[in-house]
Amino acid sequence: MTRVTRRYRFAASHRLNSSGLSGQQNGELYGKCNNPYGHGHDYVLEVSVTGPLDAISGQVMNVAALDRLVQAQILRDFDHRYFNADVPEFLGDLVPTSENILRVIEDRLSAHWRDAFPDTGQRLEGIRLQETKRNRFELRTN
Amino acid sequence: MLITRRAEFSASHVCAQSSLTAEQNRELYGAAANPSGHGHNYILEVTLEGDPDPVTGMIFDLKMLKEVIQKNVIEPMDHRFLNYEVPPFDKIVPTAENVAAEIWKRLEPKLKGERARLKNVRLFETEDLYVDYVGASL
Repeated sequence: MTRVTRRYRFAASHRLNSSGLSGQQNGELYGKCNNPYGHGHDYVLEVSVTGPLDAISGQVMNVAALDRLVQAQILRDFDHRYFNADVPEFLGDLVPTSENILRVIEDRLSAHWRDAFPDTGQRLEGIRLQETKRNRFELRTN
Repeated sequence: MLITRRAEFSASHVCAQSSLTAEQNRELYGAAANPSGHGHNYILEVTLEGDPDPVTGMIFDLKMLKEVIQKNVIEPMDHRFLNYEVPPFDKIVPTAENVAAEIWKRLEPKLKGERARLKNVRLFETEDLYVDYVGASL
């Protein structure tokens, strides 16, 4: 089995504040991440793809096709944006934690996966999001 | 338990198929199809899985692992043009996928210790693109 992983970067800001909690509770739960004007990170996103290794091309996928998909669905909307104000999924009650950002990334990539890889066996295997150098979140997709 | 050893080699390659036109290769592989080739500083991570020996406390002797990687991968591939100097890349395209599978093929028989087996070959072509190969059967 061969898995190909591509790494992308985007810079974005967010504020962690849940509508289900009081101001004090939010402050206690999220700490500095609850500061009212938000703050930012240089996120690193890894996207892993598995599929049959094409014997002729020697490739699992066309990397340029994945680049186009991630650019159009993720980087264009996320890079140099404030999640809470600029990204539709986070305008309501959904808190832009890395966990929720990963879910949104999965939804967006899955919804357009077949546009990028129309008739071949490539499968989104997992995505990882590094918020800072000291924490990383991983979602396995099956 | 897993142990991972990292090694590096620098090599050049061109990704193109002789059965395709220059334009088709360019469409499929992009700049990697440029006929004179280009190079990478490949980073290889070799992961073994096993249980530590109760006496030595080791899964596999890391000195031996280093030597096996050196002899079977680094020496034949470092500072080489893969398409011209490292079979089977005279016949198959040296994509990161194919290079990782070839490295597995070279290492796997040499790393069958009593307590260890090859678990994963990870090959970074660049910092932002890497391939994991875990054998043909899985």
